[in-house]
Amino acid sequence: MTIPITVRVQHDDFDAALETKMLTANRPEIGAVVSFIGICRSGDDDLAISEMTLEHYPGMAETEIRRHAEEARKRWPLSGVTVIHRFGTVTPGDNIVLVLTASPHREAAFQAAEFLMDYLKTNAPFWKTEKRLSGAKDVWVEAHSDDDAAASRWERE
Amino acid sequence: MKVLYFAWVRERIGKAEETIDPPAAVRTVGDLIGWLTQRGEEYARAFDRPTIIRAAIDHAHVKPDAAIAGAREIAFFPPMTGG
Repeated sequence: MTIPITVRVQHDDFDAALETKMLTANRPEIGAVVSFIGICRSGDDDLAISEMTLEHYPGMAETEIRRHAEEARKRWPLSGVTVIHRFGTVTPGDNIVLVLTASPHREAAFQAAEFLMDYLKTNAPFWKTEKRLSGAKDVWVEAHSDDDAAASRWERE
Repeated sequence: MKVLYFAWVRERIGKAEETIDPPAAVRTVGDLIGWLTQRGEEYARAFDRPTIIRAAIDHAHVKPDAAIAGAREIAFFPPMTGG
């Protein structure tokens, strides 16, 4: 069965409510939508940031996100998936990423949303730099081993 | 073939992309990293921890033992931090 999979990599902000409406319009079989919104946080004290810039690999970013959305569709009975990932400069409080998963029942929607976020973190070609409020030199955000662990729990033979 | 660099790999090398023509003995992604490393100090610095560098051939993630024959575009970048 083909289901709507929407993947966008864009500079501009997104509207989660509008995207949810578009995903569920005229789809009476949908009983659950899980929505995850990743937001730029400010950080604490010396590490507080004034802005963050997301670099991406155009073309591969879309391909990689779509590949994982297709994988999610194979694993769970989903009715639709929307993933929007922003690039460029954002400030604390701004949206970064939206994942919407729709399904007749909640369990598939929850699990698929978590699966997609875990894989986006470790496999989608995006890199963040932070500009510190302290005026220190911009720093590249380091990858976290717990993100790798979160992604690896979904691996299967 | 075209080679792309991202994030701090790009910063250290000082360019986002270039076209290269490595000798035939350079067969894999790992070989290519070794060959690039010898091109100058900026490359040596970008690849000073080769095991953490990730690579993609034509938009798909690959391991260091992947063959580069036929590749149109090879990208090198640090571990990803999206989401």
